Amino acid sequence: MTSNPIVGVDVGGTFTDLFLFDPGANAFRTAKVPSNRGDEAVGFMNGLRALGGPAGFDAIVHGTTVGTNALLERKGAKLGVITTQGFRDVLEMRRRDRRNTWGLSGEFLPIAERDMRLEVPERTLADGTIHTPVDVAAVQAAARALLAQGAEACAIVFINAYANPANEQAAAAAVRAAWPNPHVSVSSEILPEIREFERASTAALNAYLQPVVASYLGKLEGALGEAGFGGRFHIVQSNGGIMSTATARAVPARTALSGPAAGVIAAAAIARAAGFENAITCDLGGTSFDVSLVTGGRMELAAQATVDFGLVIRSPMIEITTIGAGGGSIAHVDRGGLLQVGPESAGSRPGPVCYGQGNTRPTLTDANVVLGRINAERPIGGALSRLDVEGAKAAIAEHVGRPLGLDAMAAAEAIVRVANAKMAGAIRLVSIERGHDPQKFVALPFGGGGALHVGALIKEVGLRAALVPRFPGVTSAIGCVIADVRHDQVRTLNLSLEGVDAAALDRRMVEEASAARAVVEAAGLPVDRIEVRFELDMHYAGQTHTVGVPLPLRVIQGSTGVSEAIIRNAFETAYRHAFSRLLPGLPIRIVTLRTAAIGVRPDFDLAALAPPADATLDGAARGARQVWFDGGWHAATVWSRLDLPVGALVHGPAILEQPDATVVVDPDLTARVDRFGNLIIERE
Amino acid sequence: MTALDPVTLAVLKGRLEQIADEMDATLYRSAFNPIIAEARDACHGLYHAETGATLVQGTKGLPIFVGAMSFAVQAVIRRVQNGTPLEPGDTFIFNDPYEGGTHLNDFRLVRPLFRQGRLFCWLASVGHWLDIGGNVPGGYNPRATESFQEGMRIPPVKLIRAGAMQQDVLDILAANTRVPNSNWGDLNGQLNALDLGERRLSELLDEHGEPRLDAAFAALADRAAALMEAEIRALPDGTYAFEDYLDNDGVTDERLTIALEMTVRGGQMVLDFSRSSPACLGPINISRATSVAACYVALKHAFPDVPANAGVLRPIEFVIPDGTLLGAGAPRPMAGYTETILRLIGVIFGALGKAVPERAMAAPFGTINALSLSGQRNDGTRWVMFSFFGGGFGGSPETDGLHHANNPISTATIPPAEILEAAYPVMFTQWALRPDSGGPGLHRGGVGAVYEIEAMSPGVTEVALLGERGRYAPFGVGGGADGALNRFAWQTATGWEAPPMASKVVGVKIQAGQRVRLESPGGGGWGDPRQRLREAVARDIRLGFVSAESAARDYGYRA
Repeated sequence: MTSNPIVGVDVGGTFTDLFLFDPGANAFRTAKVPSNRGDEAVGFMNGLRALGGPAGFDAIVHGTTVGTNALLERKGAKLGVITTQGFRDVLEMRRRDRRNTWGLSGEFLPIAERDMRLEVPERTLADGTIHTPVDVAAVQAAARALLAQGAEACAIVFINAYANPANEQAAAAAVRAAWPNPHVSVSSEILPEIREFERASTAALNAYLQPVVASYLGKLEGALGEAGFGGRFHIVQSNGGIMSTATARAVPARTALSGPAAGVIAAAAIARAAGFENAITCDLGGTSFDVSLVTGGRMELAAQATVDFGLVIRSPMIEITTIGAGGGSIAHVDRGGLLQVGPESAGSRPGPVCYGQGNTRPTLTDANVVLGRINAERPIGGALSRLDVEGAKAAIAEHVGRPLGLDAMAAAEAIVRVANAKMAGAIRLVSIERGHDPQKFVALPFGGGGALHVGALIKEVGLRAALVPRFPGVTSAIGCVIADVRHDQVRTLNLSLEGVDAAALDRRMVEEASAARAVVEAAGLPVDRIEVRFELDMHYAGQTHTVGVPLPLRVIQGSTGVSEAIIRNAFETAYRHAFSRLLPGLPIRIVTLRTAAIGVRPDFDLAALAPPADATLDGAARGARQVWFDGGWHAATVWSRLDLPVGALVHGPAILEQPDATVVVDPDLTARVDRFGNLIIERE
Repeated sequence: MTALDPVTLAVLKGRLEQIADEMDATLYRSAFNPIIAEARDACHGLYHAETGATLVQGTKGLPIFVGAMSFAVQAVIRRVQNGTPLEPGDTFIFNDPYEGGTHLNDFRLVRPLFRQGRLFCWLASVGHWLDIGGNVPGGYNPRATESFQEGMRIPPVKLIRAGAMQQDVLDILAANTRVPNSNWGDLNGQLNALDLGERRLSELLDEHGEPRLDAAFAALADRAAALMEAEIRALPDGTYAFEDYLDNDGVTDERLTIALEMTVRGGQMVLDFSRSSPACLGPINISRATSVAACYVALKHAFPDVPANAGVLRPIEFVIPDGTLLGAGAPRPMAGYTETILRLIGVIFGALGKAVPERAMAAPFGTINALSLSGQRNDGTRWVMFSFFGGGFGGSPETDGLHHANNPISTATIPPAEILEAAYPVMFTQWALRPDSGGPGLHRGGVGAVYEIEAMSPGVTEVALLGERGRYAPFGVGGGADGALNRFAWQTATGWEAPPMASKVVGVKIQAGQRVRLESPGGGGWGDPRQRLREAVARDIRLGFVSAESAARDYGYRA
C-alpha cells in the first residue's frame, strides 16, 4: 500500500488539470495550469510543481491527448510499410467507403504514401498454411529502401498473419535487426485478428505514433528524473485502464482516447459511490457533446474507433458517442426555415459572439449568456474579464429571431431548446436505443459546460436525476488516480461451437490469461488482485456481425473449465438480450477470443472530496439574479457551489457557480448536496 | 390542423429521424447475409397513410431506397383499395419489381400503424436477400430475358395476419431459395426493425398526440419542397441535354442510350427521358418507380442539405414514357437494375454540369461489377462467393476524385479479402489501385482497382459477372478526360480470355490455379489536365497513379 501521494494529470487543449491524493492523510489537492500546445511537458511539470512535487510522489498517472492530436493533425512519423505482394494499397483503398453518405467530393490521404509502402514475396493462406515462405532478403532490401527514403517508423502487415504469424515474425526479426530505432509495429503482435484493412490500419497508426509518443514520454521522464521523481509513471489507455510507459511506447495506438477514458472512469466511480450503478456521462466542449454509458458500474467498450475518415484503430476503447453540439456551435435558420444548432462551430477562437473576438454569428454559449444562465461578469477560464451580452443579443436577434419572427429572448430560448433536443438525442442513442430504461440512469456532466444543460436533459429524456461531481473540471485527473491497471488481448479462433475441442480451447484461454496477467504485473502498481475476463465474439453461421459473449469463467488451478454447454448458454443469453429472438437449429460459430487482465486498484474513498464540516447554507448564498426560463424572467437564487454544506437543499430556479463550472437548476427541479459533495438534481 | 412552433418541429424532426435510424441499425446488426449486414443494402422509414409518400427515412440506409420505398407502400395501398382487408397487426411481404419493387432480391415488409382504430401511417423495411431462386445463384443472371429466369416473384401478400404469422407463406419463401437459413435470418431482422419502429413511434405519439405529429409531417414536407425549390431556383433557366450509354443488355450486343432533357424554369424542374432507348431483352431494365428514385439520389448528392422526404420531389416533373428502358413493365428482367440507375445518375450530373459548369462533377466509375465465383466443396455442398467491387469517383470543383470508392447508390463497405478467403476456396493475388485509370484533369479522377483472384478449389470454379463501362468510359467535364474502361478477363490453358459482351458473362469455368482479373474504372477528370499543377503531376508519377507516358500525353508534362 502506498503512503506517499499519487497524482493524476490530465493535459487538455487549454488547461492542464491535476489531482493529488495523499493516502496517508486521506486528503487531496487540485491544480490547474495553462497547457502549452506543442510542448505539453511544460504545463505538465508546472502543474506538478504547483502541487509541491514531483519529488516525494509515489506515482504519477497521465491521461494524454498527444497521440490523438498527432493523428488529427497528421503530425506522426514518416512511415514505411512492408506488406504482402499484391496488397500494398490496402491502407489507401480502405473498406471502399466515403466521407459522407451524400455528396461525392473530397479525397483521402493515407498516413503512408504509396511509394513508402513496399511489397515482398510471401503468402499465408486463410487456414494458416504457408503458401510462399517470406523472402527475407527482399524484406531487408525493403527496409533499407524505406530508411533511404527517410522512414522513421515501420509497419509490417502480411495477409492472413492472424492465422499464422510465422512469415510476419521472420520479417519482423529481419527489419528489427536493421532498423535504427524501436519503432517497428507488427500486425500479428498488435492485433492478431481477421480483416486486413482494420489490422493494417491499426498497425500503421501505431507505428505512426510510436516516435511521437516515445519522444513525449522520454521528455517527461527526463524532466521527472531531473526533478527528483523516483516513483512510477503510468499512462491511461483508451480502454480506461492504465499501462506502463514501456507498454505505451510499444502500443501508442492504445492512447487514442486516453483523456476521455480517464474522465469516464472517474464518473463511474463517483456515480457508484453516490449509489448509482448506471450513469450517462456528458462532456460538453466547444464544438461537441460526448456521451458515454456506464452500466452496472462499468463503462461500455467499443471494439474499434474511427479517428478520422479512413483512420481506424481496432482495440477495445471506451465507447463515446459524439454529436456536433458544443458551446461554440453556431445557431442558424436553414433555407427550409428550420432552426439548426451546429455542427459548424466558432470553436474557442474566435469563439462565441460574447467573447468579442470577431465572430458575429450566435452560438449556444451566447444564448446561455443572454438568458442570464452564464454570469457575464465572471467568465470561466479567467482569460476574459467580462462577456458582451448586448453583442450576443443583437446577433441572436438578427440571425435567429428575425427569420423565425421571434424576439431576442424567445430566440435565445429556442436555441437552448434545440441544442437540448440534440443532446437528448445523443443520450437516447446510447440508452433507450440499446434497450436501457432511462429511469435507471443519472446524467453525469464533467468538464465545464455540461452542468448548464443537465437539468433540461433529465426532463427531456426521463432520466432519474443528474449528478454533478464536486469538481467537474478535474474529473479526468481523478480518473487517472483511481483507474485499474488493464491489458487486453484478442485472437481470432474461427471455430464451430458444435463439437468444439474444449480442452484445446481451454489451453488457449489459459495461455492468453497468463500473458495478459504478466503485462499487468509488470506495470508494478499496487493492486488488490488481478482479475482475468474472457469474452468471445460469436454469431450464427452466415452472419457477419458478432455479439460479445462474456464467459462466466476464471482460471483455477491451470484450467478455465470451459465447455460447449457453458459457451452455448452464454451465447444464447447474450443473443437474446441483443435481439430478443433466438434462431434455434442454426449452427453457431466462435470467431474471436478476447482476454482482459485487470489489476484492481485499492478503493479510493471519495468522501475525501466532501465539503468541510463547517460549511453553511448562509455562507454559500450569493443573492439572486434574473434568469430567463420558459418564456419569462425569474428571480433565481445564486450560490457559491463549493461553499454549500452536505445536505444543503436548493430549489430551482437557481444558479450554482464555481470556478470551472456553472450549474443551472430549472424552476421545477431541486438540487441537494450529498455526503461526497456531489450535487444531485431531481424533479420536485 | 394544429399549428406547430418551429422549435417543437426541430425537436420532432430529430426524434423521427432517430426512429428510422434505429430501425436501420437493428437490421444491420441482426441480418444474416453480408449484403445487408456489411453492405447495408436495406432501408427503413415511415410513410403517409393515404398517399404512401415518404415522411421520414433512415439516414444510414442504401441511398437508392430513399426514393424507392414510397412506391412500395403505394403498392400495398392499391391492394387495400382493391378490397384486401386491412387490420391492426398485419404485415405485407413482397418483392415484385413491377409493384413498387426494384429487383427480385429486394424483399419489402410493409406494416400499418393504427391509432384508436384509425390508420395513422405505414412502417416499411426493405433488405436485399442473398438468393431468390432463378438460374444464377445470387440472382444476377446477365442472360435473363424474362423475370421468371431471375427468381421467385411475390406480389404484396400478408405475411402476418392480425398478429398471426402465416406459416404457409414462410414455407413458399423457404422452398424457393438455395439459402433458406440466410433468408429466414434476414426476415427476422426486418421484423425486429419493424417491431422496434412501431414501439418507438407509439411512444412518441403517446407523448405528443396524433395531431401534432400530423402537423410535423406536413411542415417537414413543405420545408423540404422549399429547400429543393431554392436549389433549383439557383440554377439558370434553360434546357440542358445530356446522354450516356450502357454497353449492352447482356443478351443483344447493342448499346443502350439514357438521354435527358433537363428544363429549369424558376423553382421548377422537368426531367424528360423520352429520347432514351426502348426496354431491352436483357436484365437491365428499370421501372418508372426506380427511375424516380435514382433521380432523387442524384439530386441529393448534388444538394446534400435537402432532407429525405417526399416534399423534395414536389417541384420536379418526370417524363418517363412507358415501355422505355426506364419505364419497363412485366415481365422485363431487372436483376441488373443497378447499372441502369448508375448511368442515369451520371446523366443527371452531366446535365447539371451543363447548367452550372463551375459546380460540375465528373462521372463516377458507374458499375457495381457483381462478380460470383462458385463451385462444390469436397463434401458436395455448394459455395457461392458473391461481391460488388469499387472504383474511382470523378474529379470535383474542390478536389481530385476519391480512389476506390463505392457507387453513389450505396454506402456499403467491401468485404475484406481475408473474410472471403476464410469462407471460400479462393486466393486474392492482387488487391490494388489501378494506375492510369483516373480521368486526366485539373482535378484528376480517382483511380479504380485491380482485383485478381486465383481458384483454389480442386474441382471446377464457375464465374459470372454483371458489370458495365466496358465500352463507354466515365466522362470528364470542363475539359477533363474520361476515366479508364472496365476490364475483365480469366485464365485458360492457353492464355487470358475476355467476355464477348465486354463486362457481362456467365458460365465461365476455370480450374484450380487459374485466375480471374477485374480492373474497375476510375472517375472522369474535372477541368483541363494541362492546367494541373506540375507538382501534382510529378507526385502522381512518383506514387504510380499516372505513368510517365500518360503524364506526357495527357498533361503535357515533361520532367
